[in-house]
Amino acid sequence: MDSQENNHILSYTKLAIILGILLILTGITVAVSYRDLGFFNVPMALAIACTKVTFVLLFFMHLKYEGPIINLSFIGTISFLFIMIGFTFWDVAFR
Amino acid sequence: MIKTESFYDTPSPAGLTGIRAWLLTHDHKRLGLMYMWAILFWFVIAMLCGLLLRTELMSQGKTIMGPELYNSLFTLHGVIMVFLFVIPAIPAIFGNFFLPIQLGTDDVFFPRLNLFSWYLFMFGGLLALISLFSGEGFPDTGWTFYVPFSVEVNTNVSLTVMAAFTLGMSSMLTGLNFITTFHRMRDKQMGLMQIPLFTWSLYATAWVQILATPVISITLVLVVVERLFSVGLFDPDKGGDPILYQHLFWMYSHPAVYIMILPGMGVISEIIPVFSRKSIFGYKAIVWSSMGIAVAGSLVWAHHMYTSGMSDVSVFFFSLLTFLVAIPSAVKVFSWVATMYKGSIEMTPPLLLSLIFIYLFSIGGLTGLVLGAVGPDIHVHDTHFVVSHFHFVMFGGTGFAFFAALHFWWPKMFGIMYDFKKAYIGSILTAIGFLFHYIPMFILGMQGMPRRYYDYLPKYETGNFLAGFGAYLLCIGILIMFANLFMSFRQREPASSNPWGGTTLEWTVPSPPPLHNFVDKPQVMEFPYDFSEIAAQVKRGER
Repeated sequence: MDSQENNHILSYTKLAIILGILLILTGITVAVSYRDLGFFNVPMALAIACTKVTFVLLFFMHLKYEGPIINLSFIGTISFLFIMIGFTFWDVAFR
Repeated sequence: MIKTESFYDTPSPAGLTGIRAWLLTHDHKRLGLMYMWAILFWFVIAMLCGLLLRTELMSQGKTIMGPELYNSLFTLHGVIMVFLFVIPAIPAIFGNFFLPIQLGTDDVFFPRLNLFSWYLFMFGGLLALISLFSGEGFPDTGWTFYVPFSVEVNTNVSLTVMAAFTLGMSSMLTGLNFITTFHRMRDKQMGLMQIPLFTWSLYATAWVQILATPVISITLVLVVVERLFSVGLFDPDKGGDPILYQHLFWMYSHPAVYIMILPGMGVISEIIPVFSRKSIFGYKAIVWSSMGIAVAGSLVWAHHMYTSGMSDVSVFFFSLLTFLVAIPSAVKVFSWVATMYKGSIEMTPPLLLSLIFIYLFSIGGLTGLVLGAVGPDIHVHDTHFVVSHFHFVMFGGTGFAFFAALHFWWPKMFGIMYDFKKAYIGSILTAIGFLFHYIPMFILGMQGMPRRYYDYLPKYETGNFLAGFGAYLLCIGILIMFANLFMSFRQREPASSNPWGGTTLEWTVPSPPPLHNFVDKPQVMEFPYDFSEIAAQVKRGER
């Protein structure tokens, strides 16, 4: 068996800190939207969104505490999605 | 020896009797059998649709039906065969029945979810049936539901699409159950490289089911949305892209081909070593090739779209990737043949059907390379060549693997043996009928006869007649095979717990198995295909 029966209950303090970070990042998203960064408008928005998603996945969805099978499954799923969308856009780009 | 009560005599949950013991069961074995009867029903319906189609095409002009009915019949044949037979057949029947036993456990991880999956499957089938007899008539889009036709046509496409959506949910939940059971329920002594290859193939399949099925589900919902609200997602006049539909459709439907074939390959990997009395050649290579097919098979969907207007760069790229899939597929075929080499071969119906599988699947695979290469594909695109290639893989491959699995595990599932002679006659007739049916289609396709056409030029008449003749032989062969299996219920010749001399865990439990599968703690072998004990039994004359 390659999974462990670990219970990992996060403390309210830790959850509150993560919530705080997410709210701050939301604030930064709003603030950045008022600045014209030219080419970097979209990359910046995506970078902030990805950071937020990472926090949610690691702590709220407990990926930080899971074994390799769950983590690999998650990475596999994201890679699949990335390939599906990427290849389709690639086709459109070269038409 | 104390006789163990089989799962037929022990309902789960306890206390249920009669039909309720089946309809509310949590037992993976009963669910496997419930799937079996439902899937066989759909198979016969779809087979009859196919037979009517080929009868219509046996001569030029109108033979037995008009063009509208013809369009509906090939749609029905495709939708039922794909969504209600080929995709679920091996995982839902034999996966449900044998995956937990091969893993040394008593059930799947989510037994109630398993029952729910069966109800979704039945509900999806019911929706498909209702869609035939309601609304503006039979759907006639083909099983691909291509836009813009599927969005604009007045026939009952929406309900058929929702049937496929529901069947997709059933498929996903089964996949989820298998993956979780694989990781969380298998015997503690069983390492990853001690798992039987059939279970490995189901594991690889389950990943494709989970990852790819949501894509088709969303796509089918989009078709309904388009029909109801005309948003314009696939309509160029409104800024949409019709090729986007094809991308989304094949993102699922090409991996679905591997959902269909991988479990069949798993079946063959079980049967060949048993009747060669020899350890499987290249166990690890077969495991990795299953996972390799699952990954590589998910990256090649657009090879169905070379002529659709896709960019040339993508055409080149997808063609290259397509050829990669041939590598893990060939690893399996070479491993099966190498397993038989210098083996002590015992011919039985499951082995004969497996050999037919290898032959037909190899032709299907090799003609796939013709279609994977852009130049020849443009010549034979949307012709009978494609139809024949597809059926060589799906029917010659998955279909024959399904028949082989039925004959291999029948004694275990029901505790009875069938007549070998009739099984051989049925198998051989099916194989001959198959070749008569599909070889002319390769030639017709090369000559330029398009697929899905109601009528044709005089030069195609001989080929179509031969194909129709083959279809009748094929159906008679299948009926003989099924009749022989069903006759075994009357003859009731008892089967021992290990009639073939298998080494995986299902052959260590009684036939049919008890409710919790194992009477004693399962003895996991160091290597699942170690035939030294069986060979010794043969030498001592005990087998």
